[in-house]
Amino acid sequence: MLLRLRLVVILLAGIGAMPAAERLTISGSSTVQPLVAEIARRFEERHPELRIDVQGGGSSRGVVDVRSGRAHIGMLSRAPTAEERDLKGTIIARDGIACIVHRNNPLTGLTSVEVADLFTGRTASWQALTGIDRSVVIVSKAEGRATLELFLAHFRLKADQIRAQVVIGDNAQGIKTVAANPDGIGYVSIGAAETDIAAGVAIRLVPLDGVTPTSAAVADATWPLARPLTLVTTGSPSATVQAFLTYAASSAVDDLIIDLAFVPPPR
Amino acid sequence: MRRWPDRLLVLSTRGAAVAAASVLALVLGIVLVGAMPALARGGAGFLTGANWSPTTGSFGAWAMIAGSLATAGLALAIALPIGFGCGLASGWILTGAAASSLRALIMVLAGIPSVVLGLWGLTTLVPLIARWHAPGTSLLAAGLVLALMLVPTIALIVDATLRTVPAEQRVAAAALALGRWSTLRAIAGRACRDSLATGGVLAVARALGETMAVLLVAGNVAALPDGLFSPVRTLTGAMALEMAYATGEHRAALFVLAGIAVALVALVLVLLRASGLRPALGAAHA
Repeated sequence: MLLRLRLVVILLAGIGAMPAAERLTISGSSTVQPLVAEIARRFEERHPELRIDVQGGGSSRGVVDVRSGRAHIGMLSRAPTAEERDLKGTIIARDGIACIVHRNNPLTGLTSVEVADLFTGRTASWQALTGIDRSVVIVSKAEGRATLELFLAHFRLKADQIRAQVVIGDNAQGIKTVAANPDGIGYVSIGAAETDIAAGVAIRLVPLDGVTPTSAAVADATWPLARPLTLVTTGSPSATVQAFLTYAASSAVDDLIIDLAFVPPPR
Repeated sequence: MRRWPDRLLVLSTRGAAVAAASVLALVLGIVLVGAMPALARGGAGFLTGANWSPTTGSFGAWAMIAGSLATAGLALAIALPIGFGCGLASGWILTGAAASSLRALIMVLAGIPSVVLGLWGLTTLVPLIARWHAPGTSLLAAGLVLALMLVPTIALIVDATLRTVPAEQRVAAAALALGRWSTLRAIAGRACRDSLATGGVLAVARALGETMAVLLVAGNVAALPDGLFSPVRTLTGAMALEMAYATGEHRAALFVLAGIAVALVALVLVLLRASGLRPALGAAHA
């Protein structure tokens, strides 16, 4: 036992003696996380002395972590709010959210009023919309999620008006849930949905007020339900943090943004 | 003066005991500190309120307490007879290769990661239930997926108990010309009474704690379930859904849920103690 203890001490001393690589911690929105992880990997290749740690947890966590100093950069899947004026925001991409239904649902489109009626439970059956007499299964996000906030704000709804049968966490869970339920309707990132549809997942994106949800429609701002993906820092970021922000907002990462089915912002 | 190996044994076992106890104390302490802000404001409202709406600052946990108890109870009701049957088959009725292959099968089932069972539940079980009664993600789906996880726990404990029954007892039963059923009742039944209680307690503790698999199939609506087909949200499910982005009072309220979940498990152990059964492993837990 003593021997083992001594080994542990030696190991720990060894770790402590290693040359300290500079670390950058980024946390926040799980929507932004895959993009920033890719950007970080590419940035690390150009700066071998740097280690970047990218963690999810949601936009609110990004704000909390930056304010408390646990993270250098926070990821938000929305614009900073009025209470977040103390933070400096950099838009790195745009993302649109749209309703999804099962691939076998014949629904051709919805108006904003119809979406609000569905999600508040005023329309409980698909009868009037598709002619199929089945109960609607509403798939909504857990209270506090950025996607839900954007959805609620757009349709002028309050969280307690939503009559959900399934409450989900992230986009992946939402897509899996709707793909498994022919009567389901939910809302997720257009980017995440397009990627999964291309991979053969049994869902369809639903046009809203006559506009078809596509990445192109998000890019040219014709899609109404869109949000900026934002990186936030405290008022005075370090030189390394500033270099990362400049890189993440440059056209050098456009291919990564497009790969993840987000849309590059106007530069 | 005792020799040093003895002293080392005493010291290290005491050390392990203290370590285990202090980890529990530490966890309880962290949960309590985390929950303080919400407890100070909400008080008993947590236990009586059924409205959970973090954005409006309403934190009633009753719907989730009911959700956890209902899923755990349903899962146990399904898994106890099936697990007992499997254990009885592998530890008593079957012999030789048949017994050992059934035992191996149960062990493989025990080793399947719970999230895999959850994904199976979401892609296979939920659509099946939905065809029968919308929305599919429901108390029933959660209970069935949980039951799959509990069956091997119960079966292996029953199996292990039955294999410790001395062969003389079976020989004696045969000598008395007892039939299969009478032997089973007189010997196996008695031997298994306590081990079933142990298996049940371990199963309930696991059911109350299981998170990801249930999160995928339960629907997670924070409202009192009004039937097998209603969506339910469990205490741990609420933590997994919301802890990632919760701040302030909302975060503190989730710590209260954690405390309630621990208290429920403790309550199950206390009730079992009071019932007079002697669960070998359950007692170690208490």
